[in-house]
Amino acid sequence: MKAHGKVFRYGDNVDTDVIIPARYLNSSDPAELATHCMEDIDKDFVKNVKKGDIIVADKNFGCGSSREHAPIAIKAAGVSCVIAETFARIFYRNAINIGLPIIECPEASKGIEAGDEIEVDFDSGMIYNLTKNTQFKGQAFPEFMQKIIAAEGLVNYINNKSK
Amino acid sequence: MGMTMTQKILAAHAGLDSVEAGQLIEARLDLVLGNDITSPVAIHEMDKMKVEGVFDKDKIALVPDHFVPNKDIKSAEHCKCVREFAKRNKITNYFEVGQMGIEHALLPEKGLTVAGDVVIGADSHTCTYGALGAFSTGVGSTDMAAGMATGLAWFKVPSAIKFVLTGKPAKWISGKDIILHIIGMIGVDGALYKSMEFVGDGIQYLSMDDRFTIANMAIEAGGKNGIFPVDDLAVAYMKEHSVKEYKIYEADEDAVYDEEYVIELDKLKPTVAFPHLPENTHTIDEVGDIAIDQVVIGSCTNGRLDDLRIAAKILDGHKVKEGIRTIIIPATQKIYLQAMEEGLLKIFIEAGAVVSTPTCGPCLGGYMGILAEGERCVSTTNRNFVGRMGHVNSEVYLASPAVAAASAITGKISSPEEVM
Repeated sequence: MKAHGKVFRYGDNVDTDVIIPARYLNSSDPAELATHCMEDIDKDFVKNVKKGDIIVADKNFGCGSSREHAPIAIKAAGVSCVIAETFARIFYRNAINIGLPIIECPEASKGIEAGDEIEVDFDSGMIYNLTKNTQFKGQAFPEFMQKIIAAEGLVNYINNKSK
Repeated sequence: MGMTMTQKILAAHAGLDSVEAGQLIEARLDLVLGNDITSPVAIHEMDKMKVEGVFDKDKIALVPDHFVPNKDIKSAEHCKCVREFAKRNKITNYFEVGQMGIEHALLPEKGLTVAGDVVIGADSHTCTYGALGAFSTGVGSTDMAAGMATGLAWFKVPSAIKFVLTGKPAKWISGKDIILHIIGMIGVDGALYKSMEFVGDGIQYLSMDDRFTIANMAIEAGGKNGIFPVDDLAVAYMKEHSVKEYKIYEADEDAVYDEEYVIELDKLKPTVAFPHLPENTHTIDEVGDIAIDQVVIGSCTNGRLDDLRIAAKILDGHKVKEGIRTIIIPATQKIYLQAMEEGLLKIFIEAGAVVSTPTCGPCLGGYMGILAEGERCVSTTNRNFVGRMGHVNSEVYLASPAVAAASAITGKISSPEEVM
């Protein structure tokens, strides 16, 4: 499985309130949430994002609330992968659980800029910056997490187990 | 190798003699919590699972508290979804408007969380129950769904940071000042993925409400959980509120900690977190002149009786400054009633504040106190991110109930000393 797209680049502590502001949490519809994704930090994000694009950030991405609406909005906006130096722990779990691939890789965060074209190989954890012709080794997922991602989320994983 | 308090609780719930940091375990859950924002997503996920109902109708708590009483039609639909799910599954601990309160004040008050429990909640401030010596942590809706279905959750066993609280808190120092001080010191990711274990002789001077406030904001330092040792005060609290059996765990003497910090409570000053991160802390003497438009006293962080008592002590005989919208929100019906019986609500209303039914509303910019462009609020809530309480160009300053009440009187961020 691979992701391939252009990079939207953000800094430290991108919190769940800017990923999807609480004023829109009276909805849980992914498509509707996606139309407000990143609105308070980058009002042009929704206009510019294309299917497959990738978010790259620095420290503590997804800090704040436990709202699963945050990774849901990102995934529904078409983003194929989020790479960051570190993730806040609830966001990390939520992303895995809904099948949004995320990778912690401080070197990649430093070596990737907005607009770069990158490719991510989830099987190997390799991140290729096609614009700058560089590559980085991201953290690979343990086996049971790979299974959850392969099943496109925890729900299918549990269903598969109970078969 | 010795285990921390958190590790011991997790080991016991995973059926293991011992665990170590980094180990992946599956743990038995004593309680699964959700609210009106996160539960509908969880219910939708659970519908997709091939399971017959919930694992235990007595071990699930559903608390509509964020946008209730329903703020609009969409919120009403969410609440209806939760209500119907609760009815369908005969959930014992569903709290309708009239019984409900802000979840993290309500659950301990109802005796649903006790020492030694493992609790997950689809709300980041679920870490609050660490004040009672439980392992409790926030998760998302899918984890909540899996928890409701199976009674189990997977965890990576956290390492820990030890915070040694020493001495008697200085005047006006509350749990809020202590935790803001700590977050200012270690940063909003200072405890990322880790337990924050609080110990030391200073704990004896902290009320349960102070401890709930401290554990509540562990997440604002990125922590997986915050936890206190179980002393006589905690035991008395549990005996008063709960019929559940509790179990006291203590950290081993040779438990390993990643870091250790000593916090001298007698040297702290009232502390305020400036926009737009809880780590941007300043002590009250270095705040300067910052005019405000609104004050909020309430939330899962600071809507408990101690918080209202200190606010009333400061507001008593004063008027809030003209033009300062002062919104006070008792966190539960019981707290509301007790505040009424003690005459606190009278003091608030005579001072020119409004008193609201329990709701999370303004804390997350839901309703009941949204900020317009350029407005500033001093709030006893827990987050001051960009746009948290309203317009993307509004500002939230996090502070204790004492500082918030004093600021309502002066119209600028103020120390209680200025008005007492």
